[in-house]
Amino acid sequence: MNATFYIASAVAILATIMVITRYNIVHALLYLVVSFLAIAVVFYILGAPFIAALEVIVYAGAIVVLIIFVIMMLNLKKESVEQEEKWITKKVWVGPVILCTILLVELVYILATSDETVIQDKEVDSKAVGMALYGPYVIGVELCGLLLMAGIVGAYHLGRQKKKVVHRFLEKEEE
Amino acid sequence: MKAIPVEAGLLLAGILFMLGLISVLVRRNIIFMLISVEIMLNAAGLAFIVAGSKWMQPDGQVMFIFILTMAAAEVSVGLALILQIYHQLKTLDSDAANKMNG
Repeated sequence: MNATFYIASAVAILATIMVITRYNIVHALLYLVVSFLAIAVVFYILGAPFIAALEVIVYAGAIVVLIIFVIMMLNLKKESVEQEEKWITKKVWVGPVILCTILLVELVYILATSDETVIQDKEVDSKAVGMALYGPYVIGVELCGLLLMAGIVGAYHLGRQKKKVVHRFLEKEEE
Repeated sequence: MKAIPVEAGLLLAGILFMLGLISVLVRRNIIFMLISVEIMLNAAGLAFIVAGSKWMQPDGQVMFIFILTMAAAEVSVGLALILQIYHQLKTLDSDAANKMNG
């Protein structure tokens, strides 16, 4: 169990590093799927099988596919990759990397100096999650429904004009 | 079978959050910035799951479901905004958006 956790963590970190260093968006997204799957394995090992399934379905499935569809609609050419290579110069990334690494080292120091506690090797099953979700957290579930509704309406309102243009373009293509 | 220390899980969440933060700070392409925000949200959710399994309570998983919902709504609105910006400015440069003037 211990070894699987560390291997899955290493895969997640490596895949995320590949995501943030790619110039091509589609390559980055494919590595992002790998990263999400590795994190789903971590969730399963930590005793949250329901969340592991949700991670695969919603993150690796729905959200990444949504972004891929938008990239297909934008029809990005090779120039965008070259543009990205031009933007990411050494001068740009050195500063943020150094500062964030300092913060990470501080976090490692804080975690290393604290008393070690271990995670119990018992899983919290989906029944317990459901009981909590529709018991004390039911107002949160209703707010989530409201948020998703607002998201749908907002996305429709913001994306309307573009959708019309694409539709007309497709009709023109068909003639 | 040896148990996993909580610090290892929190460290993984911290590293993933840091990678997402670096990407948000470095990138100028708005789609990459959106992807990085997803990485950061996922890392925050991972910290909740680690804490939830430490205390054997379902609250951490409930919080992850809320974060998941928020991420889904955020990415749909964000992608609609990206489509609009690309349609109007013909570029994915986040700096170009300061010319929109409302």
